[in-house]
Amino acid sequence: MSTTAIEFQSVTKIFAGRAALDGFTLAIGAGETVALIGPSGCGKTTALKLVNRLLEADGGAVRVLGKDVRSEDAVALRRRLGYVIQEGGLFPHWSVAENVAAVPRLLGWPVADRRRRADELLAMVGLPPGEFAARRPRELSGGQRQRVGVARALAADPPIVLMDEPFGALDPIARTALQREFLEWKRRLGKAVLLVTHDLREAFRLADRIAVIDRGRVRQAGTRAELERSPADAFVRDFVEQGMA
Amino acid sequence: MSGFPAYFWERRAEIAALTGQHVVLVLVSTALAVAIGLPLGIALTRRPKLAKPVLAAASVIQTVPSLALFGFLIPLPLLGGIGARTAVTALVVYALLPILRNTYAGITSVDPATVEAATGLGMTRGERLRLVELPLALPVVLAGVRIAAVVSVGLAAIAAAIGAGGLGVLIYRGIATVDNRLILAGALPAALLALVVDGALGWLERRDSSWRTP
Repeated sequence: MSTTAIEFQSVTKIFAGRAALDGFTLAIGAGETVALIGPSGCGKTTALKLVNRLLEADGGAVRVLGKDVRSEDAVALRRRLGYVIQEGGLFPHWSVAENVAAVPRLLGWPVADRRRRADELLAMVGLPPGEFAARRPRELSGGQRQRVGVARALAADPPIVLMDEPFGALDPIARTALQREFLEWKRRLGKAVLLVTHDLREAFRLADRIAVIDRGRVRQAGTRAELERSPADAFVRDFVEQGMA
Repeated sequence: MSGFPAYFWERRAEIAALTGQHVVLVLVSTALAVAIGLPLGIALTRRPKLAKPVLAAASVIQTVPSLALFGFLIPLPLLGGIGARTAVTALVVYALLPILRNTYAGITSVDPATVEAATGLGMTRGERLRLVELPLALPVVLAGVRIAAVVSVGLAAIAAAIGAGGLGVLIYRGIATVDNRLILAGALPAALLALVVDGALGWLERRDSSWRTP
């Protein structure tokens, strides 16, 4: 059993003749939270989508739990990875409970198990199922929708969770509350998390390590202390200074 | 106009029979148009390059005057001839465009973020279509069916010209004999039928989209 949850090995991804990722190398350990951060267009979301094969690499390899993602069936792979997107990406025609139980439904769980799991997760993300299970996404606030998005990602108990700007669209109060709870969930569940964000404070707050990305490459990956004390180059130093200014 | 209700009442048996024929023409042709237009519309969303020419071709067919189309169809084997079958063929041709166009528009207008979420969670293409895209497109698809059905009620009246039966029979007879009461005896039930079809499908549409406005 490998202790590496996700591994990018000199990955290249070309969009319309331009390299979005160019020699992108990074490893995320089991139970570790790594944030991808960098200016917009740096390739951080592209990197995330290579993990669940919403995009395919043009060169190099992406491995999940030691296995090259290209050797696996994309649908089966995605069902084993939690996926949280900005503003939740909930299905508007389904109730909150149905949204949370989406992956268990795809996996063919019996209805009663699905319902129990949805209730359990809604309670965990601070949405009492008695009050929220039957509601539609439209009837929720942005923060509540994002909680449902997190619950949905965790429904089938995946060892790895991918989060794409999960708290980016929230007001500062809701964002702070969710960030605090994220740390609580992380402690309880021990998942490996790959998190894309454009907010350095959020990255420092939530992640064990932060990968600073520029033009499709990891400039430096390290803890907050490492990035602040010994930046690898001028770009990382400026990025960290500006991000915390 | 005096005594029209009595006139109408005297002919109630014939009017009822012709209304029945009319309803059958509309139901059969709309059902066939859904059976062809819905899968074709879905197929177009998977092959966007084909969408434009196919929708354009369907629009062009729509511009052929209905009476001329009935005429063109008469000499055709299988689909044509004199009678209800030819009428159904023509009605299907006209009903196809709104259903095709709305199916295409309904599915392509589903929020790309929702579609990507469905894919990212691990839905197959079929699951995504069945569980997400079609349900979200349904109000738009139903609006297309509604337009198709209402237009068919009016067009089916013209189909009496090629011996298809229906309420058009009374209207043509009224025109031939310059008898307004006879024209009304056909036109009034046809108008009512259009209102009923419109109301019923409109109700379905609203019921289905109730999740949008909780």
